[in-house]
This record gives sequence, C-alpha cells and structure tokens, in this order.
Amino acid sequence: MTAETKEFIAGIYADGWSRIVATMIRFTGGDWTLAEECAQDAFAQALRTWPESGVPRQPLAWLTTAARNRAVDRMRRASTEAAKIREWAEAMEQEEAPSYPSDSEIPDERLELMFTCCHPALNLDAQVALTLRALAGLSTAEIARAFLVPERTMGQRIFRAKQKIAHAAIPFRVPPAHLLPDRLPAILHVLYLLFNEGYGDQDKTRLSREAIRLARVLSTLMPDEPEAHGMLALMLLHDARRPSRVDANGDLVTLEEQDRSQWNPEEIAEGTTILERALRRRRAGPFQIQAAIAACHATAPSTAATDWPQIIGLYEQLALVAPSPVVDLNHAVAVGMARGPEAALALVDAIAEDGRLSSYYLLHATRADLLRRCGRAAEAADCLRTALDLAPTEPERRLLAKRLE
Amino acid sequence: MKYLMLVCVDPDLAPGQAEGAPEIDDWVTEMDGKGIRLLGDRVRPGSDATTVRVRNREVLLSDGPYAETKDLIAGFDVLECADLDEAVEVASRHPMAWAGVIELRPFWIDDQDA
Repeated sequence: MTAETKEFIAGIYADGWSRIVATMIRFTGGDWTLAEECAQDAFAQALRTWPESGVPRQPLAWLTTAARNRAVDRMRRASTEAAKIREWAEAMEQEEAPSYPSDSEIPDERLELMFTCCHPALNLDAQVALTLRALAGLSTAEIARAFLVPERTMGQRIFRAKQKIAHAAIPFRVPPAHLLPDRLPAILHVLYLLFNEGYGDQDKTRLSREAIRLARVLSTLMPDEPEAHGMLALMLLHDARRPSRVDANGDLVTLEEQDRSQWNPEEIAEGTTILERALRRRRAGPFQIQAAIAACHATAPSTAATDWPQIIGLYEQLALVAPSPVVDLNHAVAVGMARGPEAALALVDAIAEDGRLSSYYLLHATRADLLRRCGRAAEAADCLRTALDLAPTEPERRLLAKRLE
Repeated sequence: MKYLMLVCVDPDLAPGQAEGAPEIDDWVTEMDGKGIRLLGDRVRPGSDATTVRVRNREVLLSDGPYAETKDLIAGFDVLECADLDEAVEVASRHPMAWAGVIELRPFWIDDQDA
C-alpha cells in the first residue's frame, strides 16, 4: 500500500509539479521562490499523509489546496516584513481564498510558465535552468549535476533569474499573437537543447525524457503551432534510434552500421503520425523539415534503401528557412549517397573554402570519407587526422581512430 | 512599473543598417500621448560630462564620462509600462534602437530586496 501510494505520488509529480508551481506563481503575485517552496511542502505533506489516509479522489486539487494554504500561512507570518506582502495578506483576509474542489477546475498555466522561463530577456543558461526547475521539477542539485557546475553556482543562477523576473517585471503570461513568432522559437530552442543534452550522454537520458514530456505539453497547449508538433516529432524520431547509437563497449555506431531492429517502432510510428499532421498545415518550419529528414531515416530498411533524393530536397528546403553551413554539409552527405562521392566532394570543398566550419570535426571526417571513396587514400588519412584533433569527445575520437587503422 | 531607458550610440553600426527606422518626433508624440514617456531628453556627449565622487569627505571631480559608459549615452527617457514586454515594445520603436542600442533599467522599488 505504502509503496504503491509513493509510486502514485511520483507519477503525478511529473505533471503536477509544474501545474502547482504555475498556479502558485499566479496566486502569490509572482513570488517564484515561495511558489516552489509551497509546491514542495504540498508533495511532502502528501507523502506523509496519503499512505495512511489513502489517495484523495482529486489529488491535484488536494495538492494545490495544500500548497495554497501553505502560501497563505507563510504570507501571514511574513506580513510584517514588507508592505507589498502585507497588502496581499490583508486582501487575503477579506477575500475568500479560492478553493480547488476538483482537478479539472484548476487552470492549467504551464504555458504561461514556459513563456516566462524562456523569456529572451533572460540569458540562455538561466532559461534552461529555470525550465528544469520550475517545469521539469528537478532539484537544484540535479540540475547542477547535469550541467557539471557546483550546486551553489546553479542555485545562484536560478536565484538571479527569479530576481530578474520580479525586478524587471517580466510578465507571467502567454504573449499576444503578434509576439508569438518571436517568442515561441525561444521555448523550442530551450526544449531541444535539453533533449540534445540528454541524447549525447547516456548518463543524462533524464533530460531527454523531460524534454519530450514538456514538448508533449507544449504541443497539447498550442495545438495550432505546427513547429511545436514538428519538434516533438523530431525528438521522438531521434529517441527511437537511441538504443543502437552506442555499442556494448560504449563506442558510437554510425547510422549505416546501426542495428535497425533495435529502433523503437512505437516512437517512430508516433513521430511520423505527429509530423504528417503538422505538415498538413502547410507552414513547414525548420523543426518540421528536420523531423521529415529524421522520418526518412527512421522508416528506411537500410542506408542503401534510404530515399536519398527526398533527403536532398529536404536539406535544400531547410537551407532556405534556416541557412547554416552545417545544413549544407549534411546536404552534401546526402548528395554523396545519391549521386556518388565526386559530386559531394565538390560541395564539401566549397564549404571548406568558406571557412566557417574549419574547426568542425565532422567537416573533415566527411571530407575524409568522400576522398576515400574517390580512391584518394593519402588525402583521406590527412583529413581524418585533422578530424581526430578536433573531435570534442572520447567516443568520437575512438570512432575516427578506428577508421585510421 | 517604471523603467529608465538609456539611449546609446553604437560606434560599430554599419552605414545603411538603420534604414527604415521610425521618426523620433512621432515616437515622442505617441509615447507622451499614451502617458508612457514621463520624461526624457538628449544629453551632451561625454566630453562635456563631469564625474563627481566624495572620498574622505572631499568632493572629487573629473573631466569626462565615467569609465565604462564613455561616449555612448546620448539621451534617456523614463517610461511607465505595465511590464517588461511593453517596455521592450516601446524601446524597439525608438529610432535609436535601430541606429544604436537601448538599455532598459527597471526602477528600484523600496520593498524589493537586493
């Protein structure tokens, strides 16, 4: 019973945390720290009492009410300290505090929370940290571990971000429609960054999981934004290939050599369905196009049987909406698969000449591969050595070293 | 919520980059009319500035601007806005947001801790 109840609480924590925090931020007039403390207290209270009394019929309402009572209590005690809080506490005395009789009556303000956490007036590190704390419900210690900084540093970063929200009056709201094109990409950027942070590192898969969960929340709350769906699709399609990306020794496995039977068919099916629905709105943005490329890979039986001409077209489309030399490089790789190494080498040489990617190891690794396929072994080896010097992680260096042998 | 809007020049601005910037007179008329701009003016360049500090009860003056601001501050406005989003919108419509840089500083409210 006890273990079951604890598991139930852990289950509602995932989505409940951010909903209660959001409701409490609104309730306290923007006191983020108090909102978090009260949410924490509410869950602690549930852990204490539910195993005895049983799970209430409306658990979210129970928790939100507990958090709110805690907030009222804390405000009253603090009321001598500051005029603003005193005013608030007095208003609370007169006005009947709202009670939350059922889960469905609690407004869902997680979207407000997302837009505030990812406000462009906060620096990116602060946006990421705040998103993990307020939305994903990770503790400061957990966030610090994920980003390899001391807990104190992370605590300071989150504290400063909350201070700036209060002092600069960053509003707790969903921006009006005319600001959305500027503001939605910031949320997408933060969530995708979290996903990637967890994708590259086996020890941080939790970050990817949280990113996918929050992307689901975002696309549910913004059903008319195809890029939100596109990003969720992209995450699912990448995540589906996670089991085959690294072998038993922890070595990276290239797409060509991955065991496709290990790919997660449910995630691929869900990702492609979400993507197709998004594309029907005919407002393809960078996330939808990247998801379409990922879908080509995820649904192909082998590298040879992949629809490379379609991938070439998608990279050309991507280069139009989000031009970058990395997109050009990936385009060249696809050309190499469809039309042979000579055609691709000409493109890669042009990218190399441009110079912007000269310290990007994959440029040199790609060039090495194309040179090898053209029969220019000595030049290929030179390129591989350059790539090896530039590769940022140990698994990547091992993969390149193997090719040099 | 009050914001101090520091209007700064950008010495690195490439010619032609500020093309299409709004007119300052229109901006002033609109923001005064809406009650958003409470006060504002141009200020003389750093060469006309005097810095004042009191050390050991002695008033020390120096000729020129305070180190970091150098010659960048060209003017200021005081805005009354609902929140930062509104202040950003107002600032982004000022011609010097196109031809220079604008810094928004919220006023310190007594109740707020440091």
